[in-house]
Amino acid sequence: MSHRYIRQTILKDFGVQGQQRLANARVLVVGLGGLGIPVVQYLNAMGIGTLGLVEQDVVDITNLQRQVLYAEKDIGRPKLEVILEKLQAQNSTTNLIPFGTFLNRENALRIITDFDVIVDASDNFATRYLINDACIILNKPFVYGALHDFEGQLSVFNYKNGPSYRCLFPSMPSINEIPNCNENGVLGIIPGIVGNLQALEVVKVVAGVGEVLSGKLLLYNGLNNSFVTINFDRQPKYCDITNLQSSYEDAICSPEHYLSAEELQRSLDNSSSIQLVDVRTAEEFENYCIPGSVNIPLDSLENQIHKIDLTDKVYLICQSGKRSEIALKNLQEQHPKTVFLSIFGGINQFLATCS
Amino acid sequence: MTILLFGITKDIVGSSSLSMPSSSEFGAKKNKTVGELKEYLGRTYPALCNLSSLAVAVNNSYAEDDKIIDNFDQIALIPPVSGG
Repeated sequence: MSHRYIRQTILKDFGVQGQQRLANARVLVVGLGGLGIPVVQYLNAMGIGTLGLVEQDVVDITNLQRQVLYAEKDIGRPKLEVILEKLQAQNSTTNLIPFGTFLNRENALRIITDFDVIVDASDNFATRYLINDACIILNKPFVYGALHDFEGQLSVFNYKNGPSYRCLFPSMPSINEIPNCNENGVLGIIPGIVGNLQALEVVKVVAGVGEVLSGKLLLYNGLNNSFVTINFDRQPKYCDITNLQSSYEDAICSPEHYLSAEELQRSLDNSSSIQLVDVRTAEEFENYCIPGSVNIPLDSLENQIHKIDLTDKVYLICQSGKRSEIALKNLQEQHPKTVFLSIFGGINQFLATCS
Repeated sequence: MTILLFGITKDIVGSSSLSMPSSSEFGAKKNKTVGELKEYLGRTYPALCNLSSLAVAVNNSYAEDDKIIDNFDQIALIPPVSGG
């Protein structure tokens, strides 16, 4: 064992055995942004044997306030290329495996299968749910970190039959529901803190030291430096995943599946007959409906699917846009060839802007 | 009853915690549940209803909608967050 790691191998609870476990470990880090940078920097320094790196983005000037391995001269360069140079210079013994791609439905299982521990350092829900599902299918633990404003969340999911991400948050929020860092802002140091905590969890999982943050969600608030830990259990109904969803970002996050109330009004004006399905309850429909719409309540969609012409575009509407989005997800999965559109903001928005 | 607010729920309510006096409309009812609390909060802050996955913890443990709560419990509203 190299003298290089003596400061940690002399720790009696870590020792040469802990170091050997790091050296044998294969860790995949998805995302080389605010969270991923501290993760790869410390894991590489500490002697993780194999580090997989997934990133397709290039360095942008607005990244620099939190993604502290990138310099001004790197602006415009692929992040992966910059990181590989830095990590090789930092520790030449690490086996670095670059993946110059975003993780997607097509490559996720193939990439993840070769690693022991996955680090979710991504910045969007589609990737987080994809990682969760792929890790359940392949039985891999993954270390989750995520941010909002001055807050961070941290947990280790799917560890030794422990709970998963969906046990906390069963279904993926829509793109319009929760803002991301780009829209909402993030104080530069917060991902540094949360990313470092993720790196620590990886070390604990790999070396078998300490208590892994499994079945616990850590909520960090940088404004008062508070740590709140929430306990939660595995919910088998959310862990019974044997296949990836037919789509993640495509059906759910992609803006082309959403239509504004104004656009709906234009479509209604321009076309004599559009297929507008109102997925609210019969009572709500009786109370008010958009002329020309047909009522198929959300919970009857499956039974009454024959009422929908699947060869034509299907516009879905409800009161606020929430139920129509659920309908969109369900229908798009079952009928991938049909074009489904959910009206953003629903009838509320339609009445506010179009009447 | 103290309700700690995380993520977007803090932005929706406009504060990092809520204190619910026992004499409030909600507190007047017996055998309150997490589900009833969510409904009550949803009426006061309609934007909360738009959150498709909102976890609720009672005394630092994840709670389902049928969990019974009382005025001494500490509640936390925890939405998923995506930033990285």
